[in-house]
Amino acid sequence: MATRLPGAVTPHGATTGATNGVTNGVTNGVTTGVTNATGPAARVAGLSRSFGDRRILAGLDLDIAAGEFVALIGRSGSGKSTLLRALAGLDQDLTGELAVDGPVAVAFQEPRLVPWRRVWANVSLGLRVPDQRQAAQDALAEVGLAERADAWPLTLSGGEAQRASLARALIRQPRLLLLDEPFGALDALTRIAMHRLVLRLWAHHEPAVLLVTHDVDEALALADRVLVLAGGRITYSGRVTLPRPRDRDHPDLTNLRTRLLSELGVTPEGTK
Amino acid sequence: MPGLPGSGSTSTLIRETHDSPAASTSGAPPPATAAGAARGPRRRRGLLRLISPLVVLLLWQGESAIGLVSTQKLPPPTEIWSTAVSLVTTDSPAYGTLQGAMAVSLERVAIGFALGATAGILLALVTGLSRVGENAVDPHMQMLRTLPLFGLIPVFIVWFGIGELPKILLITIAATIPLYLNTFAGIRSVDGKLAEVGRVLHLRRGELIRHVVLPGALPQMFVGLRLSLGAAWLALVVAEQINASAGLGYMINQAEQFDRNDVIFVCLLVYCVLGLLTDALVRLLERRALAWRRGFLEQ
Repeated sequence: MATRLPGAVTPHGATTGATNGVTNGVTNGVTTGVTNATGPAARVAGLSRSFGDRRILAGLDLDIAAGEFVALIGRSGSGKSTLLRALAGLDQDLTGELAVDGPVAVAFQEPRLVPWRRVWANVSLGLRVPDQRQAAQDALAEVGLAERADAWPLTLSGGEAQRASLARALIRQPRLLLLDEPFGALDALTRIAMHRLVLRLWAHHEPAVLLVTHDVDEALALADRVLVLAGGRITYSGRVTLPRPRDRDHPDLTNLRTRLLSELGVTPEGTK
Repeated sequence: MPGLPGSGSTSTLIRETHDSPAASTSGAPPPATAAGAARGPRRRRGLLRLISPLVVLLLWQGESAIGLVSTQKLPPPTEIWSTAVSLVTTDSPAYGTLQGAMAVSLERVAIGFALGATAGILLALVTGLSRVGENAVDPHMQMLRTLPLFGLIPVFIVWFGIGELPKILLITIAATIPLYLNTFAGIRSVDGKLAEVGRVLHLRRGELIRHVVLPGALPQMFVGLRLSLGAAWLALVVAEQINASAGLGYMINQAEQFDRNDVIFVCLLVYCVLGLLTDALVRLLERRALAWRRGFLEQ
């Protein structure tokens, strides 16, 4: 039975922790291991999901603390998006426990702007406030897109469209912000700009963030905690405490990168 | 993704981060010039498309001069034109006036089409938005679709007599079907990913239909609208051949009795022109309603 209590504070007893397998030693700035938090933004326990015979999620446990920036990496087909869709409330065929505390917002891989609504009307779509236009304008200003408020979505560049999508998510004041590989289709330079924007918005609004990505460097640049999803479970959890913006060549990050890549099974050395 | 090979990529960064409207079409000419230039070629294309019909018209006229086919059977364009002028200027007892006949025919099409379009859209909403509605209504629509419409004429005469009602109903049914089919298909083809966005944004069902489903179905609805208009005109021609006492079809019937092929040709050409005009009107509406699609070409 899946329990889902959107918008409700869920009762919680002992924290089971976010990880199954693990853990590496503690190095400077980078720790790995179990996370404990009070008042989690999301809590998942024993979550399973099958598609036909394939078991994509197999008793997955995950807590996301309030305001925590979590990155979830995994090979393609590992169930990253399945987990995100579960948290977004888009999947009804789940077993296990799943509780999300407070409003959830999603920015999808493709920005999924409604093409026949102007940019501002996309941002305010479904918003229950008296002055939608003003609210949308403010949110767009925050992502640096104020002057494109009246544009049609099809006239936006990839980066602009993703910023509009972020504005549409953030205007709902989410407690949990789900990002489904939102920067995957962007060029390298735009992606760097988007990383900075996301960090700035995160610092300002303080939602918990779950970023699904296949890009280890992106996860290391942004997240407080990097999780590896494999075999339907979280198999590794690495904490990053370095201040942002981070130097990607910092030795701690280099070590964790090597570890994460080996967890993903991509090391040529084969030391596992 | 490749790195930064020189200064060319740097300009890409500046565009991205400073939100130049041209960012998505980097490498294309500046948008203002593009929009201005787009109008010129379109007009020229329109003129080019006129050449071939004009040539046909000239050949037709030339053929009449040689006399390959008797002008009784195929009157030359000049004669058709002078007949049209006299039909407009004189109110003959046999035909009435051309504009009077046009008014009657236009009214029939307008009423029949309005009823048919309304029915088509409403039925498509019923079937498009619910499985129950689809199971209940769609089989009937599919059967009606395969029915040769004009086979209904005898039945309609028995049921509704020979007045205006059977004529208008025939046009109504003809107009209903293309719009129904296309609206239904349009609703069903709305991107499921956008429906998911609606769920994530907690849209109510009515909001989802109004903001996502219907606008998403609109392009296909316009296809249906144009087909429906064509079908309505076609049905009008047939409907007016049966016991009409006014209208273009009546004029054709009269002309047939008086052996006046030139009058028949005038009426056929009027059907043509009216059909083209209504189609152009729909296309104009389409360009306005679907501005969001045009946007990325012309903005």
